[in-house]
Amino acid sequence: MEWITLSIDGRTVTVPKGTTVLEACRMNNIPIPTLCHDPELSNYGSCRMCIVEIEGMRNLPPSCVTQATQGMVVRTQTSKVRNARTTILELLVANHPLDCMTCQKMGDCALAEYAYEYRVTGEVFKGQRRELPLDDSNPFILRDPNKCILCGKCVRACEEIQGRSVLDFSFRGFNAQVGPAFNLPYSESECVFCGSCVSVCPVGALTEKKMVGQGRPWEVEKVQTTCPFCGTGCNFDLNVKDGKVIGVTSNPEAPVNGKALCVKGRFGMDLIHNSERLTTPLIKKDGEFVEATWDEAMDLVAQKLGEVKQEHGADAIAVLSSARCTNEENFLMQKLARAVIGTNNIDHCART
Amino acid sequence: MTFGSGAMTNSINEIPDSKVLLIIGSNPTEAHPIIGTKMKQAVARGAKVVAVDPRRTEMADVADVWLRLRPGTDIALINGIMNIILANGWEDKKFIAERTEGFDQLREQVAKFPPEVVSKITGVPVDQLIEAARIYATAESAQIFYTLGITEHIYGTDNVMILADLSMLTGNVGKVNSGVNPLRGQNNVQGACDMGALPDVLPGYQKVTSPTVRAKFEAAWDVPIKSEPGLMLPDMLEAALSHEVRAMYVMGEDPVLTDADVNHVREALETLDFLVVQNIFLSETAKLADVVLPAGSFAEKDGTFTNTERRVQRVNKAIEPIGHARADWKIICDLATRMGYPFAYASPADVMQEIASLTPQYAGITFERLGRKGLQWPVPDAEHPGTKFLHEGKFARGKGLFMAIEYQVPDEPPDEEYPLLLSTGRRLSHYNISTRYSEALDSYAPEELAELNPEDAERLGIKDGERVKVASRRGALETKIRVTDRVLPGMLWMSFHYKESPANVLTNAASDKVTKTYEYKVCGVKVSKLI
Ligand code: SF4
Ligand code: SF4
Ligand code: SF4
Ligand code: FES
Repeated sequence: MEWITLSIDGRTVTVPKGTTVLEACRMNNIPIPTLCHDPELSNYGSCRMCIVEIEGMRNLPPSCVTQATQGMVVRTQTSKVRNARTTILELLVANHPLDCMTCQKMGDCALAEYAYEYRVTGEVFKGQRRELPLDDSNPFILRDPNKCILCGKCVRACEEIQGRSVLDFSFRGFNAQVGPAFNLPYSESECVFCGSCVSVCPVGALTEKKMVGQGRPWEVEKVQTTCPFCGTGCNFDLNVKDGKVIGVTSNPEAPVNGKALCVKGRFGMDLIHNSERLTTPLIKKDGEFVEATWDEAMDLVAQKLGEVKQEHGADAIAVLSSARCTNEENFLMQKLARAVIGTNNIDHCART
Repeated sequence: MTFGSGAMTNSINEIPDSKVLLIIGSNPTEAHPIIGTKMKQAVARGAKVVAVDPRRTEMADVADVWLRLRPGTDIALINGIMNIILANGWEDKKFIAERTEGFDQLREQVAKFPPEVVSKITGVPVDQLIEAARIYATAESAQIFYTLGITEHIYGTDNVMILADLSMLTGNVGKVNSGVNPLRGQNNVQGACDMGALPDVLPGYQKVTSPTVRAKFEAAWDVPIKSEPGLMLPDMLEAALSHEVRAMYVMGEDPVLTDADVNHVREALETLDFLVVQNIFLSETAKLADVVLPAGSFAEKDGTFTNTERRVQRVNKAIEPIGHARADWKIICDLATRMGYPFAYASPADVMQEIASLTPQYAGITFERLGRKGLQWPVPDAEHPGTKFLHEGKFARGKGLFMAIEYQVPDEPPDEEYPLLLSTGRRLSHYNISTRYSEALDSYAPEELAELNPEDAERLGIKDGERVKVASRRGALETKIRVTDRVLPGMLWMSFHYKESPANVLTNAASDKVTKTYEYKVCGVKVSKLI
């Protein structure tokens, strides 16, 4: 690999050739604000939040689409840069609803974070605000077009990750919107509800419907785990608040899938707290199930299996393990059959 | 199997860089959605796709060639493609000479399948067969993906072996972007097989019939291990009916809804003296139990799953079990202890230690090493980084063995009385049956929509959205119909997610001679209007 050396904010850094200025900064923990960039997507270079000053260049180039070159001198926090970013933010905030108090994205919103950091007031360009209807036509995704900052990430996520191109820009100027083609509701589009668009939206324009009102980012513990719904083995973060799973968010580190998930993995986890979950052992008495303690139930099972083994031999017992349970559980189950009961009658329902 | 191992040979993240994808009997955009999206990324980067499926799937839509074969004729089709490859000299002579054996038998067998004959059997035009053979055989690298409809389980059945033949014939195996990849449906079917939840093998596919294998486990566990393989599921059910099996312990499965010919399954389970079911919901099977044990969901326990590319990954406990439910591993330990053989594991990480000590493919795995990225087996020792693709340079069994495969007809082809061919599969928004317990998913796809070709619909006078009766020799059900050319004339397609329209009352329990996998893909049915 070829390496190049450049200077960023007075620091000399060395990065592989082909790195963008933005990537060079991030590799070296130099913060750069971005709104339209995502490492899993192609670069658009449209929001201009990531601008920097580069010696020898007249304008302020967006760092996400500028290649780092040997000997380049980059400054990321000059007043010229900061003023330009502030203006961009003032313009965005001018027609953005300021209902952060009730917004699901509060605490995790890139626009709010930068507006705060750059002391944006919303008073500079008093603009007309949009009053477009929400799209809650489906059980999974809530779209508030008034909050959209037209970064286009969702459009690229749908096309580049999901391979679908459901989303696009429509109308122009002040009326510009991003959503399903022809501005249809999600439910009438070709959307398969993978939620990739939601996972990249930097603001509260696209949110997980079932998570609305369930918890704030700082109250939520994220636990990385593996999806239980198919053999692809996607990873994601279970969002836990007060001992309850309130939803799923992408984990960009997931080895198989990155931020991408399908409708099952992203939106199917409400089954964990389904009211029909079994919560206590049951013993059938005269054809009816009666609640029992663990001791009663387990003693009965141990005794009955013991009796069958005594009277008819260990091979009169058969055990079905499960392709839905963990490796450890499958291992223990076959050990139970072979070493404890004494039979090789162990299988699982392998429908692939 | 043919290569001496039964997992996906390559890795999921190789897919976007594939040159050629041969997708057979598999609907990845619905059954394995993220793998499906990676295939579409490959297409966007210029990969060629050959899709083999009677049903018009999304991949069939984007394919360069779509071979719309008659259900159940896969073996004839692949033999035909190999015939064309040999006739054109497209085989990889060097690979065949250096790394395989049994080529002469294969050549003889394949000679019986000239394109015209194959076209007649499969219904696929000759020029499409030639085009598919050309794309696959002349590519720089090519991968095969298969699922349901080809079959499952860890040992090669004929359909699987013939795909291995095809890959070896063209040298498309044992390198990046070249291989034969079963896409395994259930999240941990790979792991359940790896862990020896099978009647004939201990963990790591070590045969119970082998004295050395038994000696190793007997020493570790301090008990004798039976040398006779046990019963597979269909045989367990038969043995229940004949009272040879008296008690069953079922963890996490619902055979009454997911197995073929469910009326027969129910009868077998009802015959038992004692049935224990351990599950997170009161499944149809649990309703028949004498004792029901409430298990914790995946969010309520630690452990690992192994995905279809052999990646062992952590499952991390996020919440305490609901109510008095308990993690399955704890229940099993408790039972073993009560039966007089204490399982004294403090945690699943402890269990993994024992797994690693007994299972060569998992030898170098610990929870710590798995971390956030997992490891792909084989991981032979504590330093080994895991294995991205199998059979590099050498097959697990040494030389790859060509197997000459005869074409067989399905057990129950349609006939005059049951003229439609029923085929079953998965839908995007559901996974077996458990996702029906997600309110959000269920409200999105609340009911079965059985697919019927417009030709048949017209002949039977059935309209789109109409409720009908579907009957086979074994049972009958009601379902809504979607009229669509996604399916061939003469065919009915259903999923198996809905207990209101349980497709498996219809399906045939005739099973593969080796794996006992049911013939879910083909049986005769008739559709009639409700009176
Ligand atoms: S949910 Fe997925 S398919 Fe639907 S619009 Fe978003 S990215 Fe596209
Ligand atoms: S919906 Fe979100 S991701 Fe899409 S363009 Fe608007 S702000 Fe960007
Ligand atoms: S998120 Fe979807 S594709 Fe990924 S493992 Fe879960 S069910 Fe499979
Ligand atoms: S992040 Fe660079 S232009 Fe938007």
